[in-house]
Amino acid sequence: MALQPILEATNIVKYLGVGAAEVKALKGVSLELMPGELTLLMGPSGSGKTTLLSILGCILTPSEGKLRIGDMSATGLNSEGLADLRRRHVGFVFQSYNLVPTLTAQENVMLALELRGVPGDHVGQAAFALKQVGLSHRAHAFPSKLSGGEKQRVAIARSLAGSPSVILADEPTAALDSENGKGVMALLSEVAKDKGRGILVVTHDHRTLSYADRLIRIEDGKIVGRARRRNRGNAEAEAHA
Amino acid sequence: MTAAARGAAPATMGGKPLPMVTKLAYRNLFHDRLSLIVTLVGIVFSVVLVAVQFGIYLGSENRIAAMLDHTEADLWVVPYGTKSFDDPALLPGREKHAILSTPGVASVEELVVGFVAWRKPSGGATAALLVGSDTRTNTSLPWDIIEGSVSDLSAPNAVGVDSTYFKELGIEKRGDRAEINNIQVTVHVVTKGIRSFTTLPYIFTTLGMARQLLDAAPDQSSYAVVRVTPGSNIEDVRKSLHARLPDAEIVSHQEFRKRSLDYWLFETGAGAALIAGAALGVIVGVVIVAQTLYSSTKEHINEFATLRALGASAGFIRKVILTQAILSALMGYVMGIVLSLIVIYLSRDSTLLIVMTPNLALLLLALTVGMCVFAAVSAIFKVTRIDPAVVFSR
Repeated sequence: MALQPILEATNIVKYLGVGAAEVKALKGVSLELMPGELTLLMGPSGSGKTTLLSILGCILTPSEGKLRIGDMSATGLNSEGLADLRRRHVGFVFQSYNLVPTLTAQENVMLALELRGVPGDHVGQAAFALKQVGLSHRAHAFPSKLSGGEKQRVAIARSLAGSPSVILADEPTAALDSENGKGVMALLSEVAKDKGRGILVVTHDHRTLSYADRLIRIEDGKIVGRARRRNRGNAEAEAHA
Repeated sequence: MTAAARGAAPATMGGKPLPMVTKLAYRNLFHDRLSLIVTLVGIVFSVVLVAVQFGIYLGSENRIAAMLDHTEADLWVVPYGTKSFDDPALLPGREKHAILSTPGVASVEELVVGFVAWRKPSGGATAALLVGSDTRTNTSLPWDIIEGSVSDLSAPNAVGVDSTYFKELGIEKRGDRAEINNIQVTVHVVTKGIRSFTTLPYIFTTLGMARQLLDAAPDQSSYAVVRVTPGSNIEDVRKSLHARLPDAEIVSHQEFRKRSLDYWLFETGAGAALIAGAALGVIVGVVIVAQTLYSSTKEHINEFATLRALGASAGFIRKVILTQAILSALMGYVMGIVLSLIVIYLSRDSTLLIVMTPNLALLLLALTVGMCVFAAVSAIFKVTRIDPAVVFSR
């Protein structure tokens, strides 16, 4: 039986600004995220990547078009409904980590567990999530004491808390050096092997291509290219092709 | 956030992890200690100001009603138009027999009250309020006696005064002499702490002596204090008394108490000034707390945006800010109430009576929490309008 998309966006249009300043940031974008896949969304600055990510993450609502995540439709939901959808289905990894600076690494993960209403022992679950990203030894460190790579790993552990079906990562390697960037992408790639989850990474960084299962190019608010690789590692060649 | 502040943060509550709302609120609060100090100074200032203003108000009530509170009465017969106990006039006379012959009356006590000129032994004079009572039957006036006894007032030309008025009355001790309306009197009884709201010294004496000093007829009095027989309807007795004494007012004990309080606290504007002072304290507290809480929220706005992006409901974020407000209120309240008690202790021998009661302490707690929660409104308004999309623009 064919796998169903875990996220499905259809003809997404988004107008930003009002009056004379109004611009059509997205011009009918359709895409799917499949479970067990890591998809890269690439495009130049101003191409609409972040706007699309915001819509896919239920942070912005589309002006036109439909969005479905899992079995839930985002169409017509108010801000609290969208927040509920994010809680249930979406994990975020941000470019600048966005960890809560007054909470330790473990508490940042526990916060996500509490927000998602995950039952059980949050301390144990957070410790497990940090172990998965190789940061057990930094569980009680505050973000200010962590390196950029460590912060991003904590952010990934936080995004995994509660096992959301979609993880959206916004330039996760942009603030990292080459080695840490590779480490973070390797981790996301590993996380993407989970057949119940799909990952979309917005990036400028061509070094990330080798980790992708699929590549989508966006320019001027439109999808201009899609590539799928048969074996992980070939996407870069396919994309260039 | 400083490491010290983080170290101070509790991680557990009775072995269980603190709820994240509480933890976040606590950590945000201690994140910037300077802001916290400013917030607490504002709350403490407000609590102390309101505590002192309400404490003076309660102290004023105690002083205004002290004579009434130390007199057991169901009904008072007072001259028409009497505004308070300290605003005396004389009844026409012969009221006692009329009252005693009224059905339902158990007993009646007369009080003779009037302004007198107290001439100091060393020269000079001051006004005072003379209070004459039947010291054979009414042993409740004066009270808080530290030298002598009520029966000592039966001695010829004996009076009782309060030790806190010694200097004003130009005397030093029991046994000293002075003149009232050109009649020599001797201090036989000394009390401690019986002060009037008007600051005029009370001079206690017998009914007869008071009549003599005020040049009143032997059957005249200022007030007749009536007790009704058990089971009698006070309202019925009042009506009967009113029919028998058309030239006097018959008021219940509570009415006379309220009339006295209303006169001094509201008709004179004294109470309004105290309430205005307390209101000012609340306003200052609200402004300071609102300002610092708003600043703190703005400082943490990106974290709140992240929480919103992670799916936190508006209710979760409101709880964080309200918890911050309530934690600030509790800390500020404890400090404020301790400081207020110190102020009250230090002012115990001054002419200003400041009273702190458990009810006032509870009222202050409710007021402080309410004030801080109200002050949190602007911060909540700010935070619930965050666009979570800003998390992608940083």
